Amino acid sequence: MNSFPEHLDVETIRADFPVLARTVRNGNPLVYLDSGATSHKPVQVLDAERSFYELHNSAAHRGTHLLGEEATDVYEGARRKTAAFLNAQPEELVFTKNATEAINLVAYSMSNATALGGPEQLRVLPGDEILITEMEHHANLVPWQQLCERTGATLRWLTVTSDGRLDLDRLDGMITGRTKIVAVTHQSNVTGTIPPVAEIARAAHEKGALVLVDAAQSVPHQPVDVAALGADFLAFSGHKMLGPYGIGVLFGRAGLLEAMPPFLTGGSMIEVVRMEGSTFLPPPQRFEPGVPAVAEAAGLAAAVDYLNGLGMGNVAAHEESLTAHALDALREINGVRILGPDTTKDRGGAVAFEVDGVHPHDVGQVLDELGIAVRTGHHCAWPLHRALGVQASTRATFYVYNTHAEVDALADGIRYAQRFFGARQ
Amino acid sequence: MPWPTGSATPSASSAPGNSRPDFGVDGDVMQLQSMYQEMILDHYRNPHHQGLREPFDAEVHHVNPVCGDEVTMRVTLKDVDGEPAVEDVSYDALGCSISQASASVLSDLVIGKPVSEAMRVSQAFLELMQSRGEIDPDEDLLEDAVAFAGVSRYPARIKCALLGWMAWKDATARAMEVGQ
Repeated sequence: MNSFPEHLDVETIRADFPVLARTVRNGNPLVYLDSGATSHKPVQVLDAERSFYELHNSAAHRGTHLLGEEATDVYEGARRKTAAFLNAQPEELVFTKNATEAINLVAYSMSNATALGGPEQLRVLPGDEILITEMEHHANLVPWQQLCERTGATLRWLTVTSDGRLDLDRLDGMITGRTKIVAVTHQSNVTGTIPPVAEIARAAHEKGALVLVDAAQSVPHQPVDVAALGADFLAFSGHKMLGPYGIGVLFGRAGLLEAMPPFLTGGSMIEVVRMEGSTFLPPPQRFEPGVPAVAEAAGLAAAVDYLNGLGMGNVAAHEESLTAHALDALREINGVRILGPDTTKDRGGAVAFEVDGVHPHDVGQVLDELGIAVRTGHHCAWPLHRALGVQASTRATFYVYNTHAEVDALADGIRYAQRFFGARQ
Repeated sequence: MPWPTGSATPSASSAPGNSRPDFGVDGDVMQLQSMYQEMILDHYRNPHHQGLREPFDAEVHHVNPVCGDEVTMRVTLKDVDGEPAVEDVSYDALGCSISQASASVLSDLVIGKPVSEAMRVSQAFLELMQSRGEIDPDEDLLEDAVAFAGVSRYPARIKCALLGWMAWKDATARAMEVGQ
């Protein structure tokens, strides 16, 4: 059997994730290959949340008592830490519920700017264009469709090639003087494809368009530098990067956030409220109404610490090694078709595939019976599946705690499913 | 039997330093057999009444938004002694073994029955699917559909089994409106 280079001490890492020690159906050990949907959380993250509740629990940005101060410190400390993780400034970082809310924040702020006479750069009028791609997750697709419906703008999209890359031949023609924003994924949650976001951002900026990067599948898995990418906005979720549910991040270039009207409104985001009208705080508070999710922010900060401790370069190298192994192992199975690029070049650790004669649901069911957790269906990327000519797929995704043995287990499980359903091999 | 007996133990050796999951094959097969009854796999491989036929009284298109499985179903009713009855059910389904087999079994069960009786079968099937494996299905009423009892223990798959039935109920309700 091959020996694989070790970029991470996976055995030690696994000891930090109690759930990985449990058994699942038929007493099988859990082989968790669904981190693209949500990652597991190490004890360090769970401890951070618990210790916040045990020692400091209080509403941040309110009250004059000690606990309130401590909660504010925890919350703002998490903001500073997460900003540094992205090479951004703390005031450029808005905490949201998740990546989906972060993207909606931008789309709704643009509609609000349109309705309220905001700055020209943010206003979206009939005849204006919004450019996305066919490989987007629904979270970076439906909010833009809806923005177009509200404003009369036109939604345009870059198509994908048969091997799941973005077709950039028409990029120059697709970004026009009317393009208000280009919203693109930094890593496909289905094919793992990593589009050349920096190149797209340069082309967009030349025409005066804004750029939003959906980084839900990249920030957890590779070093991300918002300045190097040229992103005006960048969105991701805590729960896919070892952190808790209920907290996500919108990065917005400082000058831009400053010009944007709020999305959700209420307490904590106002400057002065009178019955006749209100004024709002500067960003990021302008976009964070309500009592902040401080425990979740503490958990996210612990997740950032954990990833920094491993080194994002090592995380990416580990996943590349697992992905290369998976591509090789799956290619060897007759009747299996991998969706997307067949090498690890510009490709992350999401491996979606079809099994001839066995529906993804049935593949997933057999794998589950063997203790292997994968995702089946269209993975919230229905147009991409249509473009690749498949109704649905089975998807394995890898993270810091996955092993090469688990990749082998996946390949064995697929063969087992083929035999079970009598599909040709 | 379509499934292997004892042949699924991985043959390749494990990567160094990593313990590899060992598939307890017999146990696995037993569990899988409870869901994938031979009856279900037979219907999946050779679906009955498949294909869209004319004429029809109503046509519906239902989708399982979780996985994208879809079914287009047509229902034709006839009058038997003043009571509506199911003359024909024809369908075109894209989906997993459970959803395809379920549409096939359903067509067998409802074609020729008075609508009221077919609705009773549909209701009994729904109850079976919601039972988490806790009830004994009425074999006289459900016939081949009792094979789906094992599916009810897998909440994620219940929608697969119900896709065709929900489409049939919808199409039949529309056909009844047309007939009035």
